[in-house]
Amino acid sequence: MGNIVEVDGLQKTYEGGFQALRDVSLSIQKGEIIALLGPNGAGKTTLISTLCGISSPTGGTARVGGFDILTDYRATRSMIGLVPQEVALEPFEKVINTVRFSRGLFGKPRDEALIERILRQLTLWDKRNSRIMELSGGMKRRVLIAKALCHEPRVLFLDEPTAGVDVELRRDMWGIVEDLKQSGVTIILTTHYIEEAEAIADRIAVINKGEILLVEDKANLMKRMGQKTLRIELNEPAKSVPDALAEYALDLSTDGRTITYTYDTNHSRTGITRLLQDLSDAGLSLRDIQTTQSSLEDIFVGLVQEGAA
Amino acid sequence: MNLLAIGAIYRFEMNRFFRTFMQSFISPVISTSLYFVVFGAAIGSRIDQVEGVSYGAFIVPGLIMLSVMTQAISNASFGIYFPKFTGTIFELLSAPVNFLEVVIGYVGAAATKSLFIGVVILATSALFVDLQVQHPFAMMAFLVLTCLSFSLFGFIIGIWARNFEQLQLIPLLVITPLVFLGGSFYSISMLPPIWQTITLFNPVVYLISGFRWSFFGTADVSIAVSLFAIALFSGICLFLVWLIFRTGYRIKS
Repeated sequence: MGNIVEVDGLQKTYEGGFQALRDVSLSIQKGEIIALLGPNGAGKTTLISTLCGISSPTGGTARVGGFDILTDYRATRSMIGLVPQEVALEPFEKVINTVRFSRGLFGKPRDEALIERILRQLTLWDKRNSRIMELSGGMKRRVLIAKALCHEPRVLFLDEPTAGVDVELRRDMWGIVEDLKQSGVTIILTTHYIEEAEAIADRIAVINKGEILLVEDKANLMKRMGQKTLRIELNEPAKSVPDALAEYALDLSTDGRTITYTYDTNHSRTGITRLLQDLSDAGLSLRDIQTTQSSLEDIFVGLVQEGAA
Repeated sequence: MNLLAIGAIYRFEMNRFFRTFMQSFISPVISTSLYFVVFGAAIGSRIDQVEGVSYGAFIVPGLIMLSVMTQAISNASFGIYFPKFTGTIFELLSAPVNFLEVVIGYVGAAATKSLFIGVVILATSALFVDLQVQHPFAMMAFLVLTCLSFSLFGFIIGIWARNFEQLQLIPLLVITPLVFLGGSFYSISMLPPIWQTITLFNPVVYLISGFRWSFFGTADVSIAVSLFAIALFSGICLFLVWLIFRTGYRIKS
């Protein structure tokens, strides 16, 4: 599959001198879901705004569908749908009219059947004649999505689509994202919820302080950086870790009942067999054993902290 | 040219107008009637004729211009300021449209609304006074040009304004005085000589004079000068709008 978005050395320095993007390069493949993870102020929204034409880059280039975002802005923008972070809608207008407006604005002829299908999919059809200001927060977010989808974008930017949204709507949205992916739409998602990236993304890009720290396949990332921990509960509390076990760098809980061992799943020898043997040789009696995989969140926090150090 | 986008912006803006249609329709009718009661009946009965025209009829072109100019500015400035205020401007910036299309959509809608109001006032006036329009085509041309150029000017104010106070500032402090002092309710020749000279620095004088000429065939200044003035004003506004979009002034970071 080819790349639909190519960002090369993109920079954005605001008038005040704040450098929101420093030399960002990123390739996004057609049909994938990529999650941009990063703390507040990392540059996620600036990157999206620049690609969509809301803010102008101060350096570098970006291409969408093979077209330059500045010189061929009509071609790139008509391919892009944007669901912004802030709920920004004309309060007095009816739902269906704002959606029709978006379709027209993007140069697409009227298509009432398509608009009906989108509104039904987003469970907005019954509210089509309501004014925006009469809708709940979650409904307004759905309207934003409908507006972005109604001009049939090939690339969809979702800027924190589920911030402040209830669990049910979040699940709905993940379903919609999955459907869009099936229909061939490329999705770029920014999120604070690592759980969200873990649930729906194919690839993860971590951005901090205007720089891409890493772009990787989600499964690979978790495998590559994934550490597992082995928690061993003891029948009798231990005062300290026996000297014979020093090489394992074990962690003993303060009540002396749990020992934690961290190991790398990719290592040819995890050392578990030997550890268990040595534990029993040391006279410790085991009550229970459990292993846990480190989550994307742990990986993410680790990366960002590493960058800060 | 993205005609569908222009149409979408135009329709969306006209919807705003139709939502408050009764208000848009009734308020010019009432204010025109009030002007006729005050200026036409109360004061007009003491002024016989101005330049061969009854005072009631004489003030009609000025009345229309007064409303059209203020309405064009307020409609156009609000039309573009509101998306900035609510944040919906993001959609305009991310759409495959250029500045010309955005301006045609917004300014076209604002000009249509003010033209409608101008026509309503003209019709209301016809109920009060005996009206004659000697040059109907020139009258419509002046009216349409004024609607367009002042809508352009309003658009610029809407882009420039950072809050609702600034949005009201220029119409209130600049336009209203210029229109009142621009010969809406009197002929320039009725002023003392020194004020006649000062008045010539007021651009609105040329618009009202030209517009009045299309009604009665008499004008304070030559019709060519009037046409030149309105063309110049439109040109300056167009240039400013072009600059705004080129630089992204107050709309794009």
